[in-house]
Amino acid sequence: MKVNKKGALGLLALVAASAVALTACSGGTAANKPTSSGSLTVWVDANRAAAMKDVAAEFQKEKGVKVNLVIKDYGKIQQDFTAQVPTGKGPDITIGGHDWIGGFVKNGVVAPVELGSKSGDFEKIAIQAVTYDGKQYGLPYAIENIAIMRNTALAPNPTPSTYDEMISAGKASGAKYPFLIGLDAANGDPYHTYPFQTSFGSAVFAQNSDGSYDASKLTIGDDAGKNFAKWLGQQGAAGIFKPGLTGDLAKAAFNAGESPYFITGPWNVPDAQAKGIKIAIDPIPSAGGQAARPFAGVQAFFVSSKSKNKLLANEFLVNYIGTEKVQTELYKAGGRPPALTSAFTAAQSDPIIAGFAKVGADAVPMPSIPQMGAVWDDWGKSEVAIMKGGEAVSTWQTMTTNIQGKVAAG
Amino acid sequence: MTAPILDKPPTSPAERAAQRRQKRAAAYAEAASLGWKVWVAKIVMLGIIDALAVYAILVLVGQGQWLVPLIIGVVAVVVNVIYLRPGMLPAKYLTPGLIFLFIFQIFVVLFSAYIAFTNYGTGHNSTKEDAVNALLLQSQTRVENSPIYPVSVLERAGDFFLLATDPKTNQVYVGGENRPLEKVAHPEMSGDTATGAPGYRTLSFGEIAQNQDAIGNLSVPLTKDPNDGYLKTTDGSNAYVFLSTLKWDPKADTMTDTKTGTVYYDNGHGSFQAKDGQKLEVGWSVWVGFENFVRAFSDQSIRGPFFAVLVWTFAFAILSVGTTFILGLFLAIVFNDPRMKSKKYYRVVMILPYAFPAFLSALVWAGLFNTDFGFINQVLLGGASIPWLTDPWLAKFAILFTNLWLGFPYMFLVCTGALQSLPEDVVEAGRMDGASVWQIFRHLKFPLLLVAVAPLLISSFAFNFNNFNLIYMMTNGGPQFADASINAGATDLLISMVYKVAFVGANRDYGLASAFSIIIFLLVAGISWLGFRQTKVLEELN
Repeated sequence: MKVNKKGALGLLALVAASAVALTACSGGTAANKPTSSGSLTVWVDANRAAAMKDVAAEFQKEKGVKVNLVIKDYGKIQQDFTAQVPTGKGPDITIGGHDWIGGFVKNGVVAPVELGSKSGDFEKIAIQAVTYDGKQYGLPYAIENIAIMRNTALAPNPTPSTYDEMISAGKASGAKYPFLIGLDAANGDPYHTYPFQTSFGSAVFAQNSDGSYDASKLTIGDDAGKNFAKWLGQQGAAGIFKPGLTGDLAKAAFNAGESPYFITGPWNVPDAQAKGIKIAIDPIPSAGGQAARPFAGVQAFFVSSKSKNKLLANEFLVNYIGTEKVQTELYKAGGRPPALTSAFTAAQSDPIIAGFAKVGADAVPMPSIPQMGAVWDDWGKSEVAIMKGGEAVSTWQTMTTNIQGKVAAG
Repeated sequence: MTAPILDKPPTSPAERAAQRRQKRAAAYAEAASLGWKVWVAKIVMLGIIDALAVYAILVLVGQGQWLVPLIIGVVAVVVNVIYLRPGMLPAKYLTPGLIFLFIFQIFVVLFSAYIAFTNYGTGHNSTKEDAVNALLLQSQTRVENSPIYPVSVLERAGDFFLLATDPKTNQVYVGGENRPLEKVAHPEMSGDTATGAPGYRTLSFGEIAQNQDAIGNLSVPLTKDPNDGYLKTTDGSNAYVFLSTLKWDPKADTMTDTKTGTVYYDNGHGSFQAKDGQKLEVGWSVWVGFENFVRAFSDQSIRGPFFAVLVWTFAFAILSVGTTFILGLFLAIVFNDPRMKSKKYYRVVMILPYAFPAFLSALVWAGLFNTDFGFINQVLLGGASIPWLTDPWLAKFAILFTNLWLGFPYMFLVCTGALQSLPEDVVEAGRMDGASVWQIFRHLKFPLLLVAVAPLLISSFAFNFNNFNLIYMMTNGGPQFADASINAGATDLLISMVYKVAFVGANRDYGLASAFSIIIFLLVAGISWLGFRQTKVLEELN
């Protein structure tokens, strides 16, 4: 570059302009410097954002710590948290489902939360659900499980305690479907059929004493499991379990008053009530003689393993989110029974919540071990095959062998 | 240009030089008078860009990064050179576009390619440093039924200490990093808990919050024996007794399980592995060379489904293009006949499927094909229960049928346009020579039509080759292969299989998915290149 007068002038001007712009920039950053007590970034979903806002404001008032709430799409949180924590730009805390814990631990993105003496204040199932490998990895705030939703106009009496009695009551009511269960023609829906499976005494993995699952003990292929498979084949043949009847279709049929009994969770309550259906929530009848125990899903808050604010995060979770007031507010926002025992007890005044909670008392936590990922797929597809008339015992046996292979490989 | 008007052409070299000088001076004067505003604007813009670049470099270097700031610096220098030097006109126009091309295209492609050579995925999610930290975090276990000590954080000469009160005996202790707890003789008390000790300063909550990392990592041994555990605080006001089951030795690069004595070594593959083959759960992402590609072709449980999906992808793309083209062409010829009445209305009806969003149509068709409740089984077939979307072959048929429905209007439009631009005299000549209708179509119309349509057929092939939306909305790739170790099914295209391998299920394998996507790129590029080479042959007809 030839240095002539103009070039030199240009450079001078450039340096001057840069200096001006830079001072402008640095002025901006000086104003944004974090204040003395730091800040927390929390990912929440839109449903719970409003309730969290008040908690965040209170925390800021008392501790001088600013809580930045980032509203995320719930379906994207698991993926984004796993991908963003390693970059150091992830949140300090995120909301999520307890069945993500296994994957989070395997990817090293979540830090244990020490509940100390507080762990006794939560419902036992909630603590079991967030426990992985003997340590608690989250602060639970809500429990959800399925139960029988009964249309009281079609079935005024409580749901019978055995499955066969319920079906005959359903047929006697004269409704189009004696009983509704939402399935999926391709992948099945083992989540919704699981209570019937447990009523035969069958489970996927053996449980340890603290409620966690032992991935080395796959119990799904035992005789109890095969008995359930035979029963499932009978229900498919009788046309009560229809794989093509998806969750949406089942919900639409129930809301149209076409069935007295529908096995579903709290998420379908508002729509049914909006359609003017009078409902009651009852325990799930037993098909195999033992208690029908559905899966319990626990919603929790997790701390990032790379958070630079672990002390604040723990303080915020254990001493703020873990209080009755906040748990009750979150319950009001989401409609799911709270995980803290005192808030849980208070929420029982609502008969719908009390109904779900009664079933939840017998529920088993959904396995959070990463090996569960290998189970869902084969499990659901085999159930569909059996309902469609496949040979029950051999299909179940093949499924067990497949799952065994995948668990061993992965 | 205000060049001086010359009375006569210059003769002597001296005069010519003087004229050149005059011209140049005039040009400078003009540039200065007209362009000073532009010039000032340019300087301001460059100033802003440079300021941002300097700021970004300072911030990034502050975070300990080197590569990105280096790139930013080089780009900033290049931009300044290009815009400050006179001349280089094409570069002045192209530079902004090129910079964006690099950021949004080239970088993304290169990054995907880089991922294909790593084992990035579930269980290999980050760097080794992160994995070690996560393992140490996870291996800290609270000693069961150990007391909870209320603590205050103290500071002396820049070091932090924990002041703990034994909840059982109310005895007060103080300790720090590598300094086991010792009794404090005269603590400042508030109720039963100690709040301060002589010679130390008690930190406020705000100060604790500012030094969280140091205080959170502070582990105070209970006694001289490390196996008694150590105190750690999780919130600055309570401390618990922890024991760590893993020990990290940075020099030897090993993890040791203190309970069993098992030593885990870095196995060079992004995991800590013991001699007996046992691995620790958390690994890290490392460069694995061509391993993902080798796996894609050698591991039977991946190769089987991969080739099944590959064959189906070609079949789907070829059959989709073929069926839609044949139907579209047939209809176009029918509606192109001058004897046809009210063609306009028919054409509008023909285009309707093309007017609906394909997403929605695919979902609607998925509903129509439902085994127990779908319109096709219930109404058209009188309550049959044909497993349209759950039997591998029927699902393939259903997908092709739906794509025919979605795709024929496009071909119809394209062929209609092409037919109307055919020269009438050629057809006329054919007729004069006594060619039949079929011969005219086969030897005159069709080749001429292909000249116009062939590139569109190739692009349609490439589109269908990666027709993710239809598959995702209709069957999501199902029905699943029973014996595959990757997430793939009978109607999966390569693209939807890659998506499922990368983002669905519990085991996500970004490395393998990236390797697949490179293979797909090579396939599509190869086919397109071959196809366009073939169309050159057609163009020679004209």
